[in-house]
Amino acid sequence: MKLTLRVWRQRAADADGAMSTYEVDGISADMSFLEMLDTLNEELILKGEDPVAFDHDCREGICGACSLVINGDAHGPERTTTCQLHMRSFADGDTIDVEPWRASAFPVVKDLVVDRSAFDRIIQAGGYVTAPTGAAPEAHATAVPKPDADFAFEHAECIGCGACVAACPNGAAMLFTSAKVNHLNVLPQGAPERETRVLDMVAQMDEEGFGGCTLAGECATACPKGIPLVSITGMNKEWLRATRKASRR
Amino acid sequence: MTYTEYVTGEPIADTKAPAGPVNERWDTRRFEAKLVNPANRRKHTVIVVGTGLAGGSAGATLAEQGYHVVQFCFQDSPRRAHSIAAQGGINAAKNYRNDGDSVHRLFYDTVKGGDFRARESNVHRLAQISVEIIDQCVAQGVPFAREYGGLLDTRSFGGVQVSRTFYARGQTGQQLLLGAYQALSRQIAAGNIEMHARTEMLDLIVVDGRARGIVARDLITGEITSHFADAVVLASGGYGNVFYLSTNAMNSNATAVWRAHRRGAHFANPCFTQIHPTCIPRTGEHQSKLTLMSESLRNDGRIWVPKAKGDQRPANQIPEDERDYYLERIYPSFGNLVPRDIASRAAKNVCDEGRGVGPGGQGVYLDFADAIARLGRKAVEEKYGNLFDMYARITAEDPYTVPMRIYPAVHYTMGGLWVDYDLQTTVPGLFAIGEANFSDHGANRLGASALMQGLADGYFVLPATINDYLARHPGQDRLDAQHPVVQEVLAETEDRLNLLLSVDGDRTPDSFHRELGELMWEFCGMARSESGLRKALERIPQIREEFWRRIKVPGTGEEFNQSLEKANRIVDYLELAELMCLDALNRAESCGGHFREESQTPDGEAERRDEEFSYAAAWEFTGTGAAPVLHKEDLVFEYVHPTQRSYV
Repeated sequence: MKLTLRVWRQRAADADGAMSTYEVDGISADMSFLEMLDTLNEELILKGEDPVAFDHDCREGICGACSLVINGDAHGPERTTTCQLHMRSFADGDTIDVEPWRASAFPVVKDLVVDRSAFDRIIQAGGYVTAPTGAAPEAHATAVPKPDADFAFEHAECIGCGACVAACPNGAAMLFTSAKVNHLNVLPQGAPERETRVLDMVAQMDEEGFGGCTLAGECATACPKGIPLVSITGMNKEWLRATRKASRR
Repeated sequence: MTYTEYVTGEPIADTKAPAGPVNERWDTRRFEAKLVNPANRRKHTVIVVGTGLAGGSAGATLAEQGYHVVQFCFQDSPRRAHSIAAQGGINAAKNYRNDGDSVHRLFYDTVKGGDFRARESNVHRLAQISVEIIDQCVAQGVPFAREYGGLLDTRSFGGVQVSRTFYARGQTGQQLLLGAYQALSRQIAAGNIEMHARTEMLDLIVVDGRARGIVARDLITGEITSHFADAVVLASGGYGNVFYLSTNAMNSNATAVWRAHRRGAHFANPCFTQIHPTCIPRTGEHQSKLTLMSESLRNDGRIWVPKAKGDQRPANQIPEDERDYYLERIYPSFGNLVPRDIASRAAKNVCDEGRGVGPGGQGVYLDFADAIARLGRKAVEEKYGNLFDMYARITAEDPYTVPMRIYPAVHYTMGGLWVDYDLQTTVPGLFAIGEANFSDHGANRLGASALMQGLADGYFVLPATINDYLARHPGQDRLDAQHPVVQEVLAETEDRLNLLLSVDGDRTPDSFHRELGELMWEFCGMARSESGLRKALERIPQIREEFWRRIKVPGTGEEFNQSLEKANRIVDYLELAELMCLDALNRAESCGGHFREESQTPDGEAERRDEEFSYAAAWEFTGTGAAPVLHKEDLVFEYVHPTQRSYV
């Protein structure tokens, strides 16, 4: 198929950006969206032009590197990551807009590449269990009810791609942060740091300049791993509980 | 002297493995290793390159011990290292199933699975540590699959007859990596780790015969910087991307290990590459990578092809008695769960016979109809849901109703930097852990053992052995960027990048990578022969010469430039590929994933030649295109007697 692409081009973080138009031809329906961009880049290199920069790595939907807003949707029209989006979701002759994640906490590095290190700092604030190597008890010393283990897993699936932030009208990181809080806080291993974890992670999230949550729900719709919107409610509950407990101390 | 006229140098010995009973060696080594006083540890800086299971766990653990860690990854976040894509699980000899498992059985299975080309001491240590890994990960909050009673669930994997694989649905690598990443994050926040993301190691700094630092490039600004330490740990993964198409992530590369090899670290068994039997077949020329379907699927999926050649009927119209469940037929006791090398070769054989399915006949069926009938769709969904979704997404076929089509693809590299029992390379102060080293899997890795090895090395082995080195070299001179050796390495790196940018030819980096990959897949892939390898060895220097004449890299070095990153990695693949072929040529036997057509049993199984080849081949670099020197490390089997592997 033949497509018209309108791609955000921005040379560097401090440069101005603009949409540039490109034509690509000979695109197969079996190609992934990123393979389609590879095709464009091969042509650009041979023409002596700068290829389009975009983040990608595993190309199997798990590393969380790829991050494109396609026709206004984070990761495009299907509920998946950009790397797992295939060209069969588009029609011959389509015009496709390709932009980076847009959020003040995710500044553009170049073209479609953004800086998501704010997510790392939220995890550093408390998204862990303090369990130094060597100090672990026997794994079967503590049984974890299966529903709790499953709940933890469903939240632990977050790949940290940032689609939730890109989709949110406020640029909030509530779904990302709540996924980690819920994963660790439900487990007995995470219980001793339950309060400090949620308080510190939320404080860091605010400090990074992410917006507030108005429960618009766009985050959960865009999430390629299906982290549910109710995850945010769970984190709010944890936060309230922790705040009350802190005020009693 | 041409490249293939290599000489054999001094044999190489693992001088650190203690004598004595195999099950006491690790205790002995830990006791004999010197320690660094906790108060002195912060005076030592250790560089760790990579943040996958091995690097992430090592960085976190060294920082917890009090060392100053400077860590690097080329990804935008340490959480994205390719360990994250591992699906199936992690082995541990817990024997929670009461099914006859033990440390000794895991040790035995791994030595046998590796076709008797791994070191007994290392493998036994790995089996011992496996049980601690599960404890550690559970303590970190890794959400392993659990039974209704709240205890951990396990499943079985290829090449074994017990159920010892712990898993987190089809995302075990992701969950283990996030555990390590979170431990790493805690140490970054505590100020014990200086983390450099989007920074790629481009060379190793060796001063007075010791590894003392690295040269790295900031991928955003393009700045090339030097970093210094008392020891350097490479946890940079494997080199499967030499083949262009593999299940590795797009940016996984061999530059860190290859540059270390060029600086004196011997490279061992480079021809030992694993071709994974269950990957989604390629669809066309545009293909940029291949996607694995976890080996765990072989627990419930049945592999078959039509009995008749060229049978074009859809799978559901082929009656039961016209199907050949060839693994169950040839290997009745292991059936669909034979080791990976055997399953891959069998798939190649049936496709070569003209019985392959799907486009181009390059595929076999992996059928879940029986499992769905037996267990119900819901149970199958519970176990493999995300894998089925991934398959459907890529192929637009529903694996619940139409059998999956799979074909082997490059997945893992057992070869890597030669290391001793302490995981130290032949360059003092340079350590290699995880897939970057060669030590534990011999000629074939069993499923769910990569995660085990990465975490064993990072959480437990390296943090114990590196103390010994640091304690023996306490007060090394401080280095700075003005040191003549550092200046020289910096200048060489800059020159190499500038040369890439200045050629301004007419071919893209990908076009060279693809050409090299196709050559390697044809001649150094699932089956290798002397004539094929000689062809590849003739062709690779020609591609290299053409590369430096015709490569086109747009942009400059002082900016975010993904084409430059890629081209620079291909420079190293073009040398490594040559060594892989030479190693494959030298090893005129079949073993594990290395199948030499000249060396097979009458029924087509791999035939080892222990009298000539019971050694690890460690190669010493002598110059680009110049014949390397072969050093042999003899393998001694005191506990697991080498036999022709049988899974019948």
